[in-house]
Amino acid sequence: MDYNLMREFADSWGLLAMALFFVGCIAFALRPDSRRHADEAAHIPLKDD
Amino acid sequence: MGLMDKHAIIEKNATLLLVGSLLVVTVGGIVEIAPLFYLDNTIEKVEGMRPYSPLELAGRNIYVREGCYTCHSQMIRPFRDEVERYGHYSLAAESMYDHPFQWGSKRTGPDLARLGDRYSNEWHVQHLSAPRSVVPESIMPRYAFLKDTPIEVKDFSTHLIANRRVGVPYSNDMIANGNADLMAQADPGADTSGLEKRYPKVKIGDFDGNPQKVTEMDALVAYLQMLGTLVDFKTYDEAAGYR
Amino acid sequence: MKFGTEIVLLYLFAFAALVAAGLGVDEPFRQHMWVLFFVLAGFTAILLRNTEFKPAIPVDSSAYMDGPIRYGAVATVVWGVVGMLVGVVIALQLAYPDLNIEPWFNFGRLRPLHTSGVVFAFGGNALLCTSLYVVQRTCRARLFGGDLAWVVFWGYQLFIVMAATGYLLGVTESREYAEPEWYVDLWLTIVWVAYLILFLGTILKRKEPHIYVANWFYLSFIVTIAMLHVINNLSMPASFLSSKSYSAFSGVQDALTQWWYGHNAVGFFLTAGFLGMMYYFVPKQANRPVYSYRLSIIHFWALIFLYIWAGPHHLHYTALPDWAQTLGMVFSIMLWMPSWGGMINGLMTLSGAWDKLRTDPIIRMMVMAIAFYGMSTFEGPMMSIKAVNSLSHYTDWTVGHVHSGALGWVGMISFGAIYYMVPKLWNRERLYSLRLVTWHFWLATLGIVVYAAVMWVSGIMQGLMWREYDEQGFLVYSFAETVAAMHPYYIMRALGGLMYLSGALIMAWNIAMTIFGYQRKEEPMPGSTSALQPAQ
Repeated sequence: MDYNLMREFADSWGLLAMALFFVGCIAFALRPDSRRHADEAAHIPLKDD
Repeated sequence: MGLMDKHAIIEKNATLLLVGSLLVVTVGGIVEIAPLFYLDNTIEKVEGMRPYSPLELAGRNIYVREGCYTCHSQMIRPFRDEVERYGHYSLAAESMYDHPFQWGSKRTGPDLARLGDRYSNEWHVQHLSAPRSVVPESIMPRYAFLKDTPIEVKDFSTHLIANRRVGVPYSNDMIANGNADLMAQADPGADTSGLEKRYPKVKIGDFDGNPQKVTEMDALVAYLQMLGTLVDFKTYDEAAGYR
Repeated sequence: MKFGTEIVLLYLFAFAALVAAGLGVDEPFRQHMWVLFFVLAGFTAILLRNTEFKPAIPVDSSAYMDGPIRYGAVATVVWGVVGMLVGVVIALQLAYPDLNIEPWFNFGRLRPLHTSGVVFAFGGNALLCTSLYVVQRTCRARLFGGDLAWVVFWGYQLFIVMAATGYLLGVTESREYAEPEWYVDLWLTIVWVAYLILFLGTILKRKEPHIYVANWFYLSFIVTIAMLHVINNLSMPASFLSSKSYSAFSGVQDALTQWWYGHNAVGFFLTAGFLGMMYYFVPKQANRPVYSYRLSIIHFWALIFLYIWAGPHHLHYTALPDWAQTLGMVFSIMLWMPSWGGMINGLMTLSGAWDKLRTDPIIRMMVMAIAFYGMSTFEGPMMSIKAVNSLSHYTDWTVGHVHSGALGWVGMISFGAIYYMVPKLWNRERLYSLRLVTWHFWLATLGIVVYAAVMWVSGIMQGLMWREYDEQGFLVYSFAETVAAMHPYYIMRALGGLMYLSGALIMAWNIAMTIFGYQRKEEPMPGSTSALQPAQ
């Protein structure tokens, strides 16, 4: 493993994989069924003191 | 359970949330930083770089202790004005023995990467003791106390050993002579042939103008006077160093 | 016996410090160990005077544990005033260098005292106490681990005292925002792991099925800071009785490790943690849920994913390889999006209740914090563009940018949270005075505006003077001339900082009076039905 190999991985496939993972995270958050969960969760701080 | 329900698991499971966020932050850091740790092997060995002499290292420790990095950078960027003002732009190899690096982030005062040999020892002592007596516009604090503080050397070789443990190539010979080299560099009368062999281009002299004792001023000026002087840019090959 | 174990342990540690003070191989280490000895011995004495042999009163395990949070709120205010005061002092030192008193009070030693004081002592205590407040109330569970919260609180204060006194004595690693030396770093690591266990343990025993998003931000802040702190501070001491250690990395690697830490200290300490604060206290004060919970989840993942890459923008045009600089720049620019997503989410939480801006100075403070968050997260990506950075780097512009984020975002959101929490923590009907909050708000806002505007002018002027050529192709200004040109701006900057500090002093007065149980008789805020904060 040498420096050039690693830097090429870092700014190509490594970057792409991270970006895809990130898009996946957003897709999860926006999945159709999440609104109910989200509304429920959003009211947590207001329930109790 | 469909794929889309899985985020709900993360949302409700603290350990998974912890692992997930840790993964995201570590992977990013590793992918970006790891290649640099292989830089050593590919970096062109630049002629002239050597570990700091004991007195220079002691001076560097004072530079760190006094927080000089809060106002002075040691990193010349490759711009016309910086190169004309300060000298050849800084090379990665020039800080290869710097634990820690002192590139700085702010220039309240000028860059110091190539300060060495620009001024006399007397100028430095005067400037550090009373900055405005030589540069009226200066806003630098006074460091006159360095002249009166003898350098505390219990066993300086422990500092060289610590540096060797983190990768600086101090030889057994250098370590064995740690204390002696430190004192000899500030004493023009001493036998310095061994010191000069171990640390090529080392500057010897009574830096603070007080031959009675080796002070912190001696060490700091010795360090300032060697900054940026090790690499000879008349013989340096630009293209080979590009990353 | 109450405090039995604590007294024995403290006594042993104090004794060890005394031995180290005698055997230390360098003067700063010996002095530093004397400081440690007196602190620990004093603490032992206090515990001895307060010990009791009566059987302990059983704790109500269903009630929230608010003792450490009360102490944390007071510590936040006190350290805030101290850190900001040191800031004003060093600002004045730049304008009037004779204010430097060698060796202990020279700029180079006071500057880390200021940065650590405001970031770790003020900001850290704000995060510590709000995170413990929020996690209990959103999980509906008492803090995990019995007295662990007290250990974390006092352990963290000891870290602050050792770090701060170390700087004055010249004990420093010179790593910006991570200056404490190896033994103080080790202590912080222990405290931080205890903090992680405390926080995570509380989440694990929650009664609420869902983990509220504020806790995500707090948790990622705690765990990421643990990782950054440990890796960035890897170093080799010259001796176990020495205050000097040498970084495990050198040159380029050391620079990137340090700025990977440095930027993420901003990203996770000063941003993620305080966003956790925003996602709880803004909805609470406005009494309505966050604008979009799903946006907050996207905000979370996007922020932690992008931030960690952005560090190299501190090293543009240095000897760091070009590709790493470019990567850092690209991610910094992308960061603009989630940051503004979060800003919109925070601001829109008030939609339908904008009138509160007129009637509730605490909401006004929080909204101003979010506005400054938006401002500085726009300025930051812009400054990470290499062409802009070539001018701004090394100048006061960077300092101004940091302060618009730190004073505007971090400071104001913390003030808002403190104003919200203190009456609740001490069971007071309301704050001593809402009028004083308004005074604080205006002094702070004006202070930041003065500070940031002055630093833009001085920074850009400085950058342009350094690179100005005459017709013959010579540099126009010597460096000393550019220093002289900064003088009026340094004075104005100190004035901006002084205004901000005055606001903080007013807060300290207001909070102290609230804690002592006074209520100032004053006219209600115009437009509000009563001067009272609604009891919730």
